[in-house]
Amino acid sequence: MKGSLKSAEKQNARKNTDFTDVISILDFTRPMIERVLGRAQQLENMPRPQKAKILENKVVASLFFEPSTRTRLSFETAAQNLGARIIGFSDANVTSTSKGETLSDTIHIIENYADIIVMRHFIEGAAKRAAEISKVPIVNAGDGANQHPTQTMLDLYTIRKEFGKIDGIKIALAGDLKYGRTVHSLMYALSQFDNVTVYLISPESLAMPRHIIEETRKKLKIFETANIEKYIKECDVLYATRIQKERFPDEVEYQKVRNAYVITPQIVAKGKPSLRIMHPLPRVNELSQALDGTPAALYFKQAANGIPVREALLSMLADAKKGTGG
Amino acid sequence: MAKDIRITPIKNGTAIDHLNTGSAYKILEVLDLRDFTVTVGMNVESRKMGKKDIMFIEGRELSKNELNTIALVGKGATINIIRDAEIKNKSELGYPESVEGIMKCINPKCITNAERIPAKFQIRKEPLEAKCFYCEMRMGEKEIISSIKSD
Repeated sequence: MKGSLKSAEKQNARKNTDFTDVISILDFTRPMIERVLGRAQQLENMPRPQKAKILENKVVASLFFEPSTRTRLSFETAAQNLGARIIGFSDANVTSTSKGETLSDTIHIIENYADIIVMRHFIEGAAKRAAEISKVPIVNAGDGANQHPTQTMLDLYTIRKEFGKIDGIKIALAGDLKYGRTVHSLMYALSQFDNVTVYLISPESLAMPRHIIEETRKKLKIFETANIEKYIKECDVLYATRIQKERFPDEVEYQKVRNAYVITPQIVAKGKPSLRIMHPLPRVNELSQALDGTPAALYFKQAANGIPVREALLSMLADAKKGTGG
Repeated sequence: MAKDIRITPIKNGTAIDHLNTGSAYKILEVLDLRDFTVTVGMNVESRKMGKKDIMFIEGRELSKNELNTIALVGKGATINIIRDAEIKNKSELGYPESVEGIMKCINPKCITNAERIPAKFQIRKEPLEAKCFYCEMRMGEKEIISSIKSD
């Protein structure tokens, strides 16, 4: 009896952390995130031959309706490491989409070829729509300016790996907080953890949207400033983002702001010795190259963490039981 | 203005009372009532509201989607279902938790606009906000009202 009770408990625990698609970070509760991060850690330490059996005889479709190099290669490497075969495209111009085929039709075709579909699309909500109609799991590798949940997962994994925990972390988000989807998703994800402090550093014109602050402030301690040095002594992590020129009405304003948010070794020296710099990459000039190779530079490790995190998600979805789709 | 409303009572159909002023006009725009006898009172004096709009729709009981539309346009309105000249059901309209197919997403890059899929929204109250089920775009009260479809 005891055994069956335990197995029922295990089943219930699993139910609470189960997911059948990876679309938006907003769909993930803390137990779900922790299960993904735990699985990523397990896979990082797993011998290659053992890992290569996980998706043996499975097909992963990699549908990139919009060009992406790092995310696509990271997903495809993860799928190959798990032993999956890969089909797909990296340019929608070579597909029937260019002939006017709808996303729904493309998904209905590919779901018969593949066991998991990874997709990036320039249309927002495309992954959600695909998940609604597909009988196989969908992984969102970015839908326009909306969501890129695996980036957030790898950000969390990087923090946990570096600091041993996410609870209690003090993180500054700097740069374009208005349009940057990475920092929006990270705010929501961090609000699932305890005692997290977030310093929002941006010019007023690129401030974090109010609705995100309102929705997360119950859980997060939030401070806002335009001065990158103001809270630098408190931070464990400084997460920098790219400020895009096209967001500014004039060149002068852009140059002024751009130079105010360049992370240099001099700025890093004002922080704790344990301060770490993260960035979703690609960088332009907001991260000084003089930081590369210093203990503070976490961004290349962060990018590398995309592999175990994506392996974890793919391996968990291989067992997902979806409905019949629509 | 005289307090007695110069509107002929209806025998069967729906009376929408306690509408915020200006909502009746919007409801006429968004509901397809062309084949029905509709009587509208605008800026009618009201003890409870000061001024209100009121509508009588003869021979028509509104669907759930239509009631959701009215709830978004005229919060707190009272719906009276009238059968054989008697009020059979009276209810105050609150915001629905979600709506489907009654309004468009304002995000031009949303899949619902790209592929003509009925848009679905999660509704949050105080302040009123609609979040697109697909692209997660948030819309405030003014945007909600202006995006309610009038086919």
